[in-house]
Amino acid sequence: MTLPRLRTDRVLLGHGGGGLLTKELLEAVIIPALDNPLLHPLDDAALLPVEGSGGVELAFTTDSYVVSPLFFPGGDIGRLCVAGTVNDLAVKGARPLWMSLGLVLEEGLAIAELERVIRSIAETAQAVGIRVVTGDTKVVERGRGDGLYINTAGIGQVVAPAPLGPGCIRPGDQIIVNGTLGDHGMAIMAQRSGISFSTELLSDCAPLWDLVWMVLQSGVELHAMRDLTRGGLAAALCDFAESSGYGLRVRESDLPVRPEVRGACDLLGFEPIAVANEGKIMFVCAQESAGLLMATLRAHPRGQEAAVIGEVTAEAPGMALLVTSIGGERIIDMPPGETLPRIC
Amino acid sequence: MCLAVPAQVVSIRGNLAQVSVEGALREVHLGLVDDVEVGDYVLVHAGFALERWTEEDVREWRAILDGTWPGRTE
Amino acid sequence: MVLSFPSGHSTRGGPSADQLGVIRQYAEALGRPVRLMEVCGTHTMVAFRSGLRSLLPENVLLISGPGCPVCVTPNGYLDTAVELSRRPDVILTTFGDLMRVPGSNSSLEKERARGAAVQVVYSPLDAVALARERRDKNVVFLAVGFETTAPGIALVLRTAREEDLQNFLVLCALKTMPAPMRALASGGEVAIDGFLVPGHVSVVTGARAFAFLAEEFGIPCVVTGFEPVDLLVGIGMLLRQLTEGRAAVEIEYTRAVTPEGNREAQRMMAEVFEGSDAEWRGLGNIPGSGLGLRDSYTLHDAAARFGLEVAAGRELAGCRCGDVLRGVLAPPECPLFDRVCSPASPQGPCMVSSEGACAAWWRYGRRG
Repeated sequence: MTLPRLRTDRVLLGHGGGGLLTKELLEAVIIPALDNPLLHPLDDAALLPVEGSGGVELAFTTDSYVVSPLFFPGGDIGRLCVAGTVNDLAVKGARPLWMSLGLVLEEGLAIAELERVIRSIAETAQAVGIRVVTGDTKVVERGRGDGLYINTAGIGQVVAPAPLGPGCIRPGDQIIVNGTLGDHGMAIMAQRSGISFSTELLSDCAPLWDLVWMVLQSGVELHAMRDLTRGGLAAALCDFAESSGYGLRVRESDLPVRPEVRGACDLLGFEPIAVANEGKIMFVCAQESAGLLMATLRAHPRGQEAAVIGEVTAEAPGMALLVTSIGGERIIDMPPGETLPRIC
Repeated sequence: MCLAVPAQVVSIRGNLAQVSVEGALREVHLGLVDDVEVGDYVLVHAGFALERWTEEDVREWRAILDGTWPGRTE
Repeated sequence: MVLSFPSGHSTRGGPSADQLGVIRQYAEALGRPVRLMEVCGTHTMVAFRSGLRSLLPENVLLISGPGCPVCVTPNGYLDTAVELSRRPDVILTTFGDLMRVPGSNSSLEKERARGAAVQVVYSPLDAVALARERRDKNVVFLAVGFETTAPGIALVLRTAREEDLQNFLVLCALKTMPAPMRALASGGEVAIDGFLVPGHVSVVTGARAFAFLAEEFGIPCVVTGFEPVDLLVGIGMLLRQLTEGRAAVEIEYTRAVTPEGNREAQRMMAEVFEGSDAEWRGLGNIPGSGLGLRDSYTLHDAAARFGLEVAAGRELAGCRCGDVLRGVLAPPECPLFDRVCSPASPQGPCMVSSEGACAAWWRYGRRG
């Protein structure tokens, strides 16, 4: 195997997009030096067996939050960092227990803003039952950061009754999401300078442990979950197709997308399936469990707009496919990197 | 090339209009079209209204989105 | 098992009547291979995103034409843009489409990573607004595109002149569509049985601007819209003309296109620009296919202000984008395709632009 070569001697914005460029950076620069069996799956969280515990398994995750603006419709960086940490643990079937909080503050940030963020962290964490148990604070010179960056790590205990992951999915399985796609990404995009458009969209930013816990207790034969963040549904489908070796086929007409998200996407030339979410999970379950999973999701406030969007297939191994509104079929590709508005 | 989308005019101030693309709002320039009123649909490309749509045009577009358009006959 | 739950969400409509049936019927009646060219890059994108090719009868071949402004912009232009972005007195503004396109040895995305002030805008209006805010810098807008985009750029240039906004400049590489289509029709290199004429260019130019294709060359034309269903109907209309042995310019996209086009937009273009020769990547120099700034707008010409000469294009060795843009070669037939050339490591412009024929093939067309 030849090692992938980076085509640039500098980090590009697109390297943080969660798509093809991110993957390249990991494979070319980071993984070769650090690879080990626990890191290798590159999943939302690593699973760590606890020796001598009689089978206790922990899930361990980390994430950094660099959102601008710090406060956005539907959330803020504080709520976002708790939700992101919790969801990365939840999709591995782990009850979130502890998290760390690393704050990188920019000189000049208003203390009142910091207090708002911390309050938001406290409220969100308390509601989920995760505790901030360690932390760190650094300050960088004015102009060296967007007010506030946050890094977290999270630890949870695996409570799922059966193993979960792309390796567990099989042909015939149903693919289900708990609600509308692209809300977070477009809500944030509307706040960016240079691309002036506005919406009444709210970010879907929310911790989903209670939703996942209901599913885990419901008796649904669940095979895998994925937190749909950067790269959106498209990145998750491509990842699952590649690591399972099966095809994942979704139907365009069944994808839940808010009209204003579609409108903004049409305006800027984006695809809703490649736009980020912060409160959406893709579930893959046994075919006969799909009805029960849908009913369970719909009984939860964060699952009212859940939809069965497609299925796993033995045809087209390793590919994510979209059945389009006119009945055509095409490949869903890993989004390249930074999402840029186009006029063409 | 050339992405352009239909958008409904929400408000007008001088040469500029606020338009809604299914709820996504954007300011567009009306300098290339005549007689646009609030409630009209315009075709928007890169921040400019390029064309004003008649009610019939809008009905056709809606029918296409609903999947009830019979196509162009004679 | 089919699960059905109510949903109030936005979808893209499917065909209602049997548009595919119409296509099949005419295709069968013709009974020979038919090559239709979708000239416009946005049509290329819609065709691929909707999986349209997978639905067409075997003897109906859709080939992609030169209507992607990024693809036909010579790399010499990008080199000049890169050079401009390195000037400390310049803020470069651009449509997102150009950010990743490689010039001879860099791209705007890479220059931004090195510290250049490069800002992506949705509209030329955003670039002018920036020029008003930042009187201490020259705000240069990369003016690329066709007749759809040119009137808006003309309008902001006129505004800048009226406001005496001397720090608003454009690097102009605007192009017009009829001339390269004439070149394709008369080149004889590739037999084109029908044109899906660019819908949004025609909103401005009017359908009549393409009448010569039917009248002089006998090629059927249908001005087509951009919903997947529009494309199906447009293809059906082309096949019908072929079946009936007619060649005319018909309009499928009647909700936006008239025979005359948008007179005000045409007037605005004529006020600010004049016809010029232009270099097209893959097609070479085509007389009268470009739009240059009139003398009265020299003050806003970035090339004149900074004494820049846009160098002639230098193609990468082995790259067959030129043949792809002329419809002579299908992307998978290029020796570089999917071997050394992919969206992650594009060698030529057709792979860089998301609407480029090669990128679209690679993304959506590899299966089957």
